[in-house]
Amino acid sequence: MNESERAEAGWFAAVDRDEPDSVRRALENGRADGPADWPRLAVEAGFAADEDAYYDSLHEATVTATRAAVTERERADDRQLVHAVRAMDDCRRTANELAERLAEWAGTLEAEAGTGLEYARVLAARDPEPHESAVVSLAGRVVDLADEADDLHALVERLAPTVAPNLSALAGPVLAARLVSLAGGLESLAKKPSGTIQVLGAEDALFAHLRGHAPSPKHGIIFTHDAVRGTRREDRGSAARAVAGKLAIAARVDHYAGDYRPELETELTERIETIQARAGGADGADDGGNDE
Amino acid sequence: MSEPGALPAGVERRVIDGRERLATRGEAVYGEPTDGPWRAWDPNRSKLGAMLESGMDTGLEGGETVLYLGAASGTTVSHVADVADATYAVEFAPRPARDLLEVAEGRPRLFPLLKDARQPETYAHVVETDVDAIVQDVATRGQARVAVENRRFLADDGRLLLAVKARSEDVTRDPDEVFADVLTDLESAYEVLEERRLDDYHVDHLGVVARPR
Ligand SMILES: C[S@@+](CC[C@H](N)C(=O)[O-])C[C@H]1O[C@@H](n2cnc3c(N)ncnc32)[C@H](O)[C@@H]1O
Repeated sequence: MNESERAEAGWFAAVDRDEPDSVRRALENGRADGPADWPRLAVEAGFAADEDAYYDSLHEATVTATRAAVTERERADDRQLVHAVRAMDDCRRTANELAERLAEWAGTLEAEAGTGLEYARVLAARDPEPHESAVVSLAGRVVDLADEADDLHALVERLAPTVAPNLSALAGPVLAARLVSLAGGLESLAKKPSGTIQVLGAEDALFAHLRGHAPSPKHGIIFTHDAVRGTRREDRGSAARAVAGKLAIAARVDHYAGDYRPELETELTERIETIQARAGGADGADDGGNDE
Repeated sequence: MSEPGALPAGVERRVIDGRERLATRGEAVYGEPTDGPWRAWDPNRSKLGAMLESGMDTGLEGGETVLYLGAASGTTVSHVADVADATYAVEFAPRPARDLLEVAEGRPRLFPLLKDARQPETYAHVVETDVDAIVQDVATRGQARVAVENRRFLADDGRLLLAVKARSEDVTRDPDEVFADVLTDLESAYEVLEERRLDDYHVDHLGVVARPR
């Protein structure tokens, strides 16, 4: 290969200076079997006046292209997470519904028919008698759906900590994914006040309250957080406020900074311990709502 | 050639915050203590820092062209770029790469690349040939293979400065056995000049200095 053919493989050969996006494409999609003396070749090809100028261009190009790629990959990941957790919930709900139908049906064929997914697994593993082949086949579909839900669960557990490391640390990967999903993305979650996060997933109850025939909902999906569930009823409002407040901060750190901050978890734990300690104390008087 | 085990030009031992520490001159990046233009290089947060601190002969003199594999958020790369010339920093995870960008903004000869170090052909059109040193800290399975695959970038008299994390290869095996395997796997492309456990700073890590065969 001669020098100019060699230079053709360099990233700079694919750059069209009038087209800003071409730099990114050149860096991202280019390939070469082996390296070459790119600075010298670029100067010889007239891409840069000298090696210093070449390195200046390379710096600008790598920073710009990497920034664009990072942003795009992170966005893509948060969409992946939303789809994964929604699909997981769909598979699980459908599996459970079908398992009920299955139990009802199987109950007409055998006296000691069981219920639920466990029974579906028993049925699916059976070598069917002719009269039960349809039921056993359906059981197989139920089991497949349940297995699919488990695979999606594993995917959510893998994706959530990269998309939102702090939110995942505080809420667990699945709850973190559900919050991102309910908000419609990490960015919109990061922009929500903690009061909104506190009732995410409780929309139906909230609308009922606004229409005037239901009490104000204290907690949405964050009710499933251990810190809320593990707190006695009188203090759950405080716990939910504290959790929502920290999750709001975590979502903002995840979206705007992206680094993992273990202190958020410590702070939440301490706050919850304080709230739960009221149960032991003489007067649980201060539910003043100044948790944020 | 400088004397064996000497610090590269641009790395000095200086008293900062009441203690003698390794330091380089550059923009602070991770909240490290500083003294005027000097910023402390914390060996507990950097395997290359630990290799220098424990007196390994890295062969670095300052002013090198470096390929850095596993740059993460740029903690170590920032010090490397302070003393090296052109520094190519490869990292494949978007999140740390975002921080790496901040480090690169203030360092005009640091080139961040969002690439997989197991696929050198995806960045061989950018990284130049005959780099003086490859610094590798990928902490992922197949660390020897990554080093071997990237041999193509290294000058014949260049140095591989490798940090091996035992747990990344196999959490259940004895680290010594893992290290022995990694060193064997390196042999196809490198001659190992020095190896040392970095346990004072990084548990179950081995520092390796090697040169191409
Ligand atoms: C222990 S950290 C590196 C810390 C960094 N060298 C420092 O001292 O500042 C390992 C990094 O290698 C990255 N990594 C792992 N496998 C990789 C690969 N195949 N290609 C590129 N980067 C990889 C990880 O994403 C992680 O950020």
